[in-house]
Amino acid sequence: MKPRIAVFKFASCDGCQLQFLNAEDELLTLASLVEFAYFTEARSRALDGPYDIAFVEGSITTPDDARRIIEVRERTRYLVTIGACATAGGIQALRNWSEVEQYKRVVYPSPEFISTLSTSTPISEHVKVDFELWGCPIDKHQLIDVVRSLLSRAKPALPGHSVCMECKRRGNVCVVVARGEPCLGPVTRTGCGALCPAYDRGCYGCFGPADDANMEAFTRLMASQGITGMDAVRRLRSINGYVRPWRETADAIAKNQNQND
Amino acid sequence: MNEPLKLKKAALQDLIDLLRREEFKVLGPVVREGSVAFHEVREVSDLPIGMRDAQEAGRYRLTPGVDGEIFGVVNGAGSLKPFFFAPHEILLEVRREHRGFKVRDATPAAPRLALIGVRACDLAALAIQDRIFLHDKFRDAHYEARRKDVFFVAVNCTRSAPTCFCVSMKTGPEAASGFDLAMTEMEDGFVVRTGSAAGERVVSKLQLPTAASEDVAKARARIDECASGMQRQMDTSDLPHLLYDEVDSPRWNDVAARCLSCTNCTMVCPTCFCHSVMDVQELDGNMSRRVRQWDSCFSLEHAHIHGINFRPRIHDRYRQWLTHKLASWIDQFGTSGCVGCGRCITWCPVGIDLTEEVAAIRAQRGKH
Repeated sequence: MKPRIAVFKFASCDGCQLQFLNAEDELLTLASLVEFAYFTEARSRALDGPYDIAFVEGSITTPDDARRIIEVRERTRYLVTIGACATAGGIQALRNWSEVEQYKRVVYPSPEFISTLSTSTPISEHVKVDFELWGCPIDKHQLIDVVRSLLSRAKPALPGHSVCMECKRRGNVCVVVARGEPCLGPVTRTGCGALCPAYDRGCYGCFGPADDANMEAFTRLMASQGITGMDAVRRLRSINGYVRPWRETADAIAKNQNQND
Repeated sequence: MNEPLKLKKAALQDLIDLLRREEFKVLGPVVREGSVAFHEVREVSDLPIGMRDAQEAGRYRLTPGVDGEIFGVVNGAGSLKPFFFAPHEILLEVRREHRGFKVRDATPAAPRLALIGVRACDLAALAIQDRIFLHDKFRDAHYEARRKDVFFVAVNCTRSAPTCFCVSMKTGPEAASGFDLAMTEMEDGFVVRTGSAAGERVVSKLQLPTAASEDVAKARARIDECASGMQRQMDTSDLPHLLYDEVDSPRWNDVAARCLSCTNCTMVCPTCFCHSVMDVQELDGNMSRRVRQWDSCFSLEHAHIHGINFRPRIHDRYRQWLTHKLASWIDQFGTSGCVGCGRCITWCPVGIDLTEEVAAIRAQRGKH
């Protein structure tokens, strides 16, 4: 029997699971190797678990999400989060710094129908996660490699070093040094292929923090470029803003700013 | 025939044309994205004429230079390293067969390269890489395939960047060896010396006249002036022992607080050779490629071995890099790993300067 794959969606934009369908060259081979037992974006027929690999997209933002992710975990051998929302809480984790009840009353005519949590949290805050794919969206090659590695019972290669290494391998000229551009590359995890610097702009951190990112040194680098206070906070509190150590760094800068005001 | 010759500025195009006719792919410094790197050159006008570089720790800018000066830009982030030790390459392909598997060597079909405008420090760095990749019976077939039959046209430096310290490392500003031709730029042309039989063949085809003795003296004076005017220095005295003795220097904590551990210094270093090797499978599981790519001692994964990491702190990794580069490299390869090109200083986003770190470690020696 072919290994059974499931793709689940929580609070997200669908862009990460779309990477399966974007893998056009690999899709037929992939379909011959695995059974897509549950993948509602691609297939209307949904099969019950257990699943060998569950790819989970999106963050936990409702009481129902919080129950559902526990069920997914129970029916799954390997649980792999895909993307910034599932892995870090996503852009919607900006709610974690605001008054959700107030938003509800302002945005919806009948807020009593809205059932939502006051936070957006990554999957790993709720259940055990076996592997995490970062990115907004994830990288197609990393996705295919995870499937292949798990089929071969090999550990997927998911490097945690900075974007800078890939940027230099690619022969890009450093936008920080040669242009003074703001760039999160030195503290951001590799995986995108240093895409933004290759198109002459700074990294905005969509793969989350690199291993062992030195945020104090990076905060000083930003300050030397004139990026301080809420400007620095906004750069860190973005797609992956709720994940340590970016969260703690941004919170510390914001606290400082408030004290100074 | 090793007397200095004269190549007029206009005749530089003849040299490029000749090398191209001899089926070399000619590379030289070309402006890209606000810096220079070695790219293909067909016309002299592809070179950064009338430009110079302004370098300091953590900052690089191209600036207007001197009209007509062809090699006014000292260097950029890109050294010769990627042309021989590829940033990413396939070493082997392993294909599943009916019974067992078949291994195919993926030795690259390398173009014949001619590199124009190579600096003394970069030639010194290449000699160090040769020592690493082509030593004795341990020869890297991929490096060797790319490295053979390359034609080097060196340019002796007549100005240095503020980040340069080749004089301290005894690698420049004049190219000592490893070149086919070495040129010193003057207003109206170049004083050219040959360094190999291939270089002699090329100059005889170009029928270059002998350089006037005033030109030779002027070229000499310009190189000497560059050497004496070099701003940065590194005191290399007792260097292996200094760093071994100072394994517990408080300076390591100081630099670790500033270091992003981003790997940029090691990527731009023309001698750093760390790499990782991994097997990448085709999705169908019938083929696997063994891939080698540049790695860095600043990445956490590089020191990860079955369950433990032996350099978990930035402190450990910076100390490893500097101590290897300037001290244990000498024990390992009989030469320092540093050629004084200054790239690690310029291209460090936070401007960490190894000459400053060594000086600070030296100043605090035995006082803690």
